[in-house]
Amino acid sequence: MKLRKLASYGPAIVLVAALLAFWQLYVQLSQISPRFLPAPLAIVAALVNNWPVIYDNTVQTMLETVLGIVLATIFGLGLAILLDVSAWMRRAIYPLLVTSQTIPMVALAPLLLIWVGYQLPSKLIVVVLYCFFPIAVACADGLASVEPELINLLRSMRATRGQILWMVQLPAAMPSFFSGLRIAATYSVVGAIFGEYVGAEKGLGIYMQRATNSFATAQVFAAIVVTAALSLLLFGLVSLIERIALPWYHGAAQRA
Amino acid sequence: MDTAKLLAQGVSKTFRSGRQALETLASIDMTVAVGEFVTVIGPSGCGKSTLFNIIAGIETLDAGKIAIDGATEHERAGKASYMPQKPLLLPWKTVEENVMLGLDVRHVPRKQAQDEAHELLKRFGLMEFAQHYPATLSGGMSQRVALLRTVLFNRSFLLLDEPFGALDALTRLSCQMWLLDVWQEFQSSVLFITHDVREAILLSNRIYVLSDRPARVLRVVDVHLPYPRQPEQLVSADAARLEQELMSLLLKEQHV
Repeated sequence: MKLRKLASYGPAIVLVAALLAFWQLYVQLSQISPRFLPAPLAIVAALVNNWPVIYDNTVQTMLETVLGIVLATIFGLGLAILLDVSAWMRRAIYPLLVTSQTIPMVALAPLLLIWVGYQLPSKLIVVVLYCFFPIAVACADGLASVEPELINLLRSMRATRGQILWMVQLPAAMPSFFSGLRIAATYSVVGAIFGEYVGAEKGLGIYMQRATNSFATAQVFAAIVVTAALSLLLFGLVSLIERIALPWYHGAAQRA
Repeated sequence: MDTAKLLAQGVSKTFRSGRQALETLASIDMTVAVGEFVTVIGPSGCGKSTLFNIIAGIETLDAGKIAIDGATEHERAGKASYMPQKPLLLPWKTVEENVMLGLDVRHVPRKQAQDEAHELLKRFGLMEFAQHYPATLSGGMSQRVALLRTVLFNRSFLLLDEPFGALDALTRLSCQMWLLDVWQEFQSSVLFITHDVREAILLSNRIYVLSDRPARVLRVVDVHLPYPRQPEQLVSADAARLEQELMSLLLKEQHV
């Protein structure tokens, strides 16, 4: 079973290996400057040689990312519940929510530095602004997806609005919530790095900027590799948590 | 004094949306004695479900009076146990937890609720599915679980809205027999909606025939077949005559 699943990634692995081999050969044969395009093996060497520094910066980025997602989840869930309170609330808040996503982060991120400084809070705000939207929208849809007959059934049992939310709507919204969270998880790393890029003391974003400015292109690529790995790791982690939290949604026949 | 379980007098309901008014119920009178099995039949879309929603306290009435156990207060939710057409089992809860839903709403302690659910599941042959998720159950099984959920919430008065409408003939028959078993065990009062004349004859003490919208009571007939009922009784001369009579009544009301 496990082997078969691994084998299903076969085509992707073959394709990536072929692309990397082509890249390596191209750089070696064309004598292109490593400042312009470093070969894959040179990137690996840069990653290994600079590992202590990269690791240090990665820890900072990871901290911002994870804290940011947690805050975005709380904020997004809260907003979704607020949207669900009444049709009036939905009409009032939804346009604001959508508008918030039209603000260009390029303009906002430097302002945040001025307003809240170079430290952690300004990065968290960027991550939350990137991440809360998919979570809030997915959750709001999930809360609203509950069949009206089911709500009526609970009302016939004399359930309160809070009980209906807690016992029926929130559990029903969990699959949508996790879909939103998976999108948010992939955005979050990019968000944190962008936040750092405009100004920070530590983190992969500022590391990349410094490396770019000193033409250490191999190190920029090394940081990109770490960023991608971090995103995949978070995505996988969210999927794992979902599998454990929602066994019924993943075809389990019985309570384990 | 012997109070009726349900006493409805002149119940009327008109739905309004904008300038349009849809008169749905026109002065319905209805009684269900304690321990009686009463069925309501009528053409589809005639307002049977609206009547149920009003009795269950989900919908308000425009005119008339409804007394459950002699009490006419405005808040009726919780006084009858309501089962809609779809089983509406919660996919994230096991069979046992689904059956306990009504007790959870009433804040019955977990252990006590579980004991009551187990007793019911054992008595009615569903104990082996207690830890299963609803997704693994057949249609007939789901309806049985939904019925036990209804019984556990309030066994004295059951409102069943076409519970077996979506089942195949054989499953339906076994569910009908099973329902009679449940009814006799708990001596519940039952108000049952169907548009299946044979189902009505097989199950009930008394049948109310409703007209097309706006619904009025066209006729009330007593079914004089002895309990425990068996499907063979449907071919008796009495039952056949009753079936013919009800059918021709309904045909006149049905608009194609």
